Amino acid sequence: MSQKLIDAIADMREDEALELVTKMAERGVEPLSILNDVKAAMDVIGQRYEEGDYFLPELVMAGEIMNQVMVMIKPALAESMEEEHLGKVVIGTVKGDIHDIGKDIVSFMLKVGGYNVLDLGVDVPAQKFVQAIREFQPQVVALSGFLTLAFDQMKATVEAIEKAGLRDRVKIMIGGGQIDEAVREYTGADAYGKDAIVAVKLANSWIGG
Amino acid sequence: MDKQWAKMSADEKQEAAFQKLLAPKDPAGNDLQFQSAEAEANYKASILRIKDAIQLREPDRVPVTVLPSMFPYLNAGMTVEEAMYDYDKCTAAFKQFILELKPDMHIGASAPGPGKFYEILDYKLYSWPGHGVAPEYSYQCNEGEYMKADEYDLLITDPSFYFRNFYLPRVFGALGGFTMLAPYTSILEMYGVGFNFVPFALPPVQATFQALFEAGAEALKWAMATGGSDAELTTLGFPTILGGFTKAPFDVLGDTLRGTKGIMLDIYRRPEKLLEAMDRLIPIMIGMGVSASQQTGNPLIFIPLHKGADGFLSDEQFKKFYWPQLKQVMMGLIENGCIPFPALEGHWSSRLEVIQDIPKGKTVWMVDQTDMAKVKATLGQNACLIGNVPSSMLKLGTPQEVREYARQLIDTAGQGGGFILSNGAFFDEAKMENVKAMVEAGREYGVY
Repeated sequence: MSQKLIDAIADMREDEALELVTKMAERGVEPLSILNDVKAAMDVIGQRYEEGDYFLPELVMAGEIMNQVMVMIKPALAESMEEEHLGKVVIGTVKGDIHDIGKDIVSFMLKVGGYNVLDLGVDVPAQKFVQAIREFQPQVVALSGFLTLAFDQMKATVEAIEKAGLRDRVKIMIGGGQIDEAVREYTGADAYGKDAIVAVKLANSWIGG
Repeated sequence: MDKQWAKMSADEKQEAAFQKLLAPKDPAGNDLQFQSAEAEANYKASILRIKDAIQLREPDRVPVTVLPSMFPYLNAGMTVEEAMYDYDKCTAAFKQFILELKPDMHIGASAPGPGKFYEILDYKLYSWPGHGVAPEYSYQCNEGEYMKADEYDLLITDPSFYFRNFYLPRVFGALGGFTMLAPYTSILEMYGVGFNFVPFALPPVQATFQALFEAGAEALKWAMATGGSDAELTTLGFPTILGGFTKAPFDVLGDTLRGTKGIMLDIYRRPEKLLEAMDRLIPIMIGMGVSASQQTGNPLIFIPLHKGADGFLSDEQFKKFYWPQLKQVMMGLIENGCIPFPALEGHWSSRLEVIQDIPKGKTVWMVDQTDMAKVKATLGQNACLIGNVPSSMLKLGTPQEVREYARQLIDTAGQGGGFILSNGAFFDEAKMENVKAMVEAGREYGVY
């Protein structure tokens, strides 16, 4: 474990972090060890975000640093390496809506929070959610939508999941610009989250963490 | 007139703008003929009501307005696509909407925009019904990194050249010819002048200009329809005082140039360039608002505020990258007799202490999901507030719920004036009975 690397990543010192990884790889440090440092740094970042010290610039920067480090060490990582996850989440922006920033932040925070996330993208029809539930078998489904037009689509998606006989296998959370308790009730979702932190807390309370 | 105007204080300029609104003229310069004495009286009463609210006095009653995006058109039974492609249908639906609700001010029928125009220029920045989005749905932005990280110096050196030769060709498929044009600033002297004009002989450039002629004609058609609609509604007694719009420099870069990811990384990787680029944009964004106001004769300049909302930036980052630049744009607008009309889209509770620092009685702010009581106690001491009935309530609630919420708003925010009752965010879908309940509540309970 390299506290120096963890600090460099957690403190957003991009150049320093990448230089450290290069040197560590040259010295023959185990890629798995570097990966664990990255995860430890992400935990710190997630915590600072939750505590209100870090905001979107830091999350985006963290994602960038993580991606670049992964590019550097992935070739050396064992192919069969199994990552342990707390659970599985399917996320997507509902049909008709192509907004994705909020969804991407939630997706990122859930991954940092230890979940295996399947991101279906934007403009996702109800049936695609149903299919993903059957195949990926998540415990949680997260629906994102920014326009008022999303309210009906979210309701339709929840209904489609019900019709497929899958409603009791998943917990459903919704989020987005105009989403509130009234919309939650209207759509039949289990909960709504006003931001990514709440999304992770909901996943934790439903799956465990 | 110019000398007089230049010598006026900001107060005098705002007063002059309102006096002009109280004595509207037709295109020929004669006094506008209202359709009835009642219409004229209602028009003037509405303008005075709005003026009092903005200047932080108590009007006779709380003014009411409705600020929709696609609601008037969906409510009339058409799709967004129809509203975008049939200008007459669009303005007819808007007129019906205004006549039914009778608001003290409106923002016109230009929200849908001219679908055919976007087609002619092959707009890539947005998807719209029939082009990437279903006919019933509103247009939506296609985020992207249209400005590259290493292009800050180009933008800083000459923003117009950068827009014309780099940015616009990336977001409009038909403007590829612009990439070939020489900088205007190279057109000097006698020697070599001709070389600058050679590109106009090239087929791609000619194709671009052909598209521009076609697009211009379509835009003119649309502008005449919406302009005609505004004029007709005025003669019926329903004013619009919206002059145009501008943006916060951080949003200019963060929304459609660098994109969200790009600008967030820029904060860390090239903060000095980001700051310099925004400084270059300040006078340009002021000019955008002022010139629109001069063209339309209306003082209200809309400013949609995006990435200053809670969560996007830390307090420190907000005070360094977002607020000073936005404030300077608003001060420039005010100094030129315009009334900044920013919209606090989303949640802004963490920003209230900072943004309350603006000249009293010179701005009007649309409040979305921030608690109105908190806004009134801070920003509302210096600025007029508009809002904030939620979209979800207008679509899913009952008239009773809306009436109750509106009453509470009037009690909270209406104190001492400086409040206009409205919805909090631009909405597409709602129940008309709820929207009606909102405006009626304003008229019933809002008497001072």
